[in-house]
Amino acid sequence: MPTVAPLDLDGYCLFADFIDETPVYALADGTVHRLDHGHQAVEMHDGITCATRTLDGKALITGGEDGLVRALNGEGVAAEIGTAGRKWIAAVATGPNGAVAWAAGKTAWARLNDGAVKEFAEERSIEGLAFAPKGLRLATARYNGGTLHWVATSGKPVDLEWKGAHTSVMFSPDGKYVVTTMQENALHGWRLDDMKHMRMSGYPAKVKSWSWSAKGKWLATSGAPAAIVWPFSGKDGPMGKAPLELGTRGDQMVTAVACHPQEDIVAVGYSDGMVLAVRFEDGKEVLLRRGGKGPVSALAWDKDGYRVAFGSEAGDCGVIDIRG
Amino acid sequence: MSEHSIPVTVLTGYLGSGKTTLLNRILSEDHGKRYAVIVNEFGEIGIDNDLIVESDEEIYEMNNGCVCCTVRGDLVRVVEGLMRRPGRFDAIVVETTGLADPAPVAQTFFMDDDVREKTRLDAVVALVDAKHLPLRLKDSREAEDQIAFADVVLLNKTDLVSEDELHALEHTIRAINPHARIHRTERSNIGLSEILDRGAFDLQRALESDPHFLDHDHPDHACGPDCDHDHDHHHHDHDHGHHHHHHGDGEHHHHHDGIHGTTIQSVSLRGGEVDPRKFMPWIQKITQLDGPNILRLKGIIAFPDDPQRYVVQGVHMIVEGDHERAWKESEKRESRIVFIGRELDREKLERTFAACAV
Repeated sequence: MPTVAPLDLDGYCLFADFIDETPVYALADGTVHRLDHGHQAVEMHDGITCATRTLDGKALITGGEDGLVRALNGEGVAAEIGTAGRKWIAAVATGPNGAVAWAAGKTAWARLNDGAVKEFAEERSIEGLAFAPKGLRLATARYNGGTLHWVATSGKPVDLEWKGAHTSVMFSPDGKYVVTTMQENALHGWRLDDMKHMRMSGYPAKVKSWSWSAKGKWLATSGAPAAIVWPFSGKDGPMGKAPLELGTRGDQMVTAVACHPQEDIVAVGYSDGMVLAVRFEDGKEVLLRRGGKGPVSALAWDKDGYRVAFGSEAGDCGVIDIRG
Repeated sequence: MSEHSIPVTVLTGYLGSGKTTLLNRILSEDHGKRYAVIVNEFGEIGIDNDLIVESDEEIYEMNNGCVCCTVRGDLVRVVEGLMRRPGRFDAIVVETTGLADPAPVAQTFFMDDDVREKTRLDAVVALVDAKHLPLRLKDSREAEDQIAFADVVLLNKTDLVSEDELHALEHTIRAINPHARIHRTERSNIGLSEILDRGAFDLQRALESDPHFLDHDHPDHACGPDCDHDHDHHHHDHDHGHHHHHHGDGEHHHHHDGIHGTTIQSVSLRGGEVDPRKFMPWIQKITQLDGPNILRLKGIIAFPDDPQRYVVQGVHMIVEGDHERAWKESEKRESRIVFIGRELDREKLERTFAACAV
């Protein structure tokens, strides 16, 4: 039986993950909470707008209403790593070798390992950011598509065109696809070698959470009463194929998803606070958390795949241990 | 829309109309409420503790094949962010840039599910500069749009013009928008209860606070050029001849002959009871076909054997309708609806609305 160690906080949890094996929770009010031999809190900003972790799992990166980007390491020590003036930070992203990018308004910045910061301007507001797996390119999401910028070299940026507003962006782990979420209830994708379009629609709500499976063969998403999981294993990606619908519930929406780091299993969080683990192969479900005070807004596995950190819009957070 | 949702006031008006002055009053006056203010650019507003968010206006067309279905994308993000920390404020004020079209802002609060779930559009307030309004109307479409969209119009800087000019300006505003509340102000000096928490988009409250909505005997009512009741229309021309001078009326090239050189008109329709099986498809079809030209619509509808008044309102192609309250014994069961827009086909609207009659 999985066990749940609750951490009841006061505020909207934006992001939860493990930093150096320590569960951390970033709240919209600007605090980050750590479960490091007891509960500890760090004031990171006056309001956190977005958060992610570095690829090596050794630091949490936060963007704030104060226009700052900061990092918090496994010991709970914070440092400033960038600024965007007076605007709210709209998005943060991390890449290989300690690269960090952030965006506010129509500008994105990338800070590389050597501390140099490069600026990228767009004509429309940047809503999402993602580094390519090798870190050579930085993708933005914006109105009518996105842009692939070269991070370290001065190559000409490549436009990703698709009509409509794109709100976040991600590369597939093999770097072959770029996928965006849209203002409409849909995803859009580009196969980079031939710029072929992929439309993934049919959601009753906006997609706000997504996660690639262990080997990058599947993309799990929220935005429906089930986790919608698109197959990316064939050469045409999900085109012409039906997605898996896992953990379907009649009366609740899936609000967060996180794929297991090794197995084809996804942790699914719902609007009533329930968390299930569902296996892709046969759809078998295991109850991880019965329910809570608010919709699940953050979910992450630790690197060994035994623990799940979760957070909710109402602040009832915690850690689930599937070993019991 | 839940009762716990946060009210949003949209403030429109040209550069120099007094928006910054009004915002500073909203932020500094002792009214016991806390406001989050979304501005396009930090101007001379605010003190350290105020919650002021700078956001670039981003107009997003929705991918539904409708050119007028636009939202303010940046508002979707900022409002979502604000609502994650709801304890900080009681209401939101959105300041638009001078040239802004109010439709995308208003539509954001109807079209985006997340925004709609947590907030409600309270009212659109337009500030107009009494001195410069005639010129603004002459050289820009947006100045007219802002008035047409408004629930409340503040005719500001009244100290800079004469009483006669003010009368003429009020008639001009009425010609564009017969149902907005007009307040004369100096230095944006207005009781804040007149502009905040108005519930103008809340169908029930809008009609409670304006029980004579669409009545011609409404004390606020001044007839527009398309008013359909017996009235001496020449009256306007005689009384306000001086106004035409400011407009350079003889030179304007608007394609219809509304008074005072405006391109926006209102069409008021009234009739008896209508058949819901005809009315519903009619209002859908009218707004689908003519949505781009319809800026606002509001109406009270009487259906046969229905004890409740049915009210409708719309912005471009978005229409909402709901039952409001029971008809009173003393009330005449009639249907009234007003369209505010451009190039409205009055004859078609009248004919097709008449065909909905029982």
